[in-house]
Amino acid sequence: MKITVRYFALLRELMGRESEVVSWDDAEPTVERLRGHLADRVPARAALLRGGTLLVAVNREYAAANTGLRDGDEVALFPPVSGG
Amino acid sequence: MVPVGDKTRVQCEPFDTAAELVRVKSASRCIGGVVLFVGVVRDFSQGHGVTKILFEHFPGMAEAKLAELRDVAINRFGLIDLVIVHRVGELAPGDDIVLIAAAAEHRAAAFDGCSWCIDELKKAVPIWKKEHTPDGAVWLEAHP
Repeated sequence: MKITVRYFALLRELMGRESEVVSWDDAEPTVERLRGHLADRVPARAALLRGGTLLVAVNREYAAANTGLRDGDEVALFPPVSGG
Repeated sequence: MVPVGDKTRVQCEPFDTAAELVRVKSASRCIGGVVLFVGVVRDFSQGHGVTKILFEHFPGMAEAKLAELRDVAINRFGLIDLVIVHRVGELAPGDDIVLIAAAAEHRAAAFDGCSWCIDELKKAVPIWKKEHTPDGAVWLEAHP
């Protein structure tokens, strides 16, 4: 399936891109497993991509590690927010 | 120009605090008090000078979270009206960042609602700031 992955702020800079479409298949697709897949692809950023610091939104709602994913979902990864 | 009428907005343009106050007050004659919070860019942070701050947001989600925050605050504190505006882009020391105007029948609800809103905004709305100092630029992750 295809997942649109978006990056913001510091993570966007570290990944060198704002977004990408990731083709990925998994028997039990979850946020956590997608992050594992992304980490495997970008070893230099693996610790960050797998780590507990980042927040995740699926289709613009905050999501947990075990949130299930479907084809066409948009998954955003970003550092803790710092507005205001 | 962003329409002033929208109760929650993310915009590059400066906001007109006086105009927002007038609009909030016009919501109802039952309003007995309005508490206004305006967040401003400081020229120092954690011991460093700040030359400018770049604010970035997640378009769509930031606006949705602001609208959600407004609904929750109105219900939780019994507010009559509430306006939340956050700016993005490059801001200089002295520039306004965020405006929260909470209107209620009595001052306690307006103060509490306004205070709760800025605290929640800093935790839940996907906006980030990158501070530029004479020593370089750094993304902030804390929300003091």
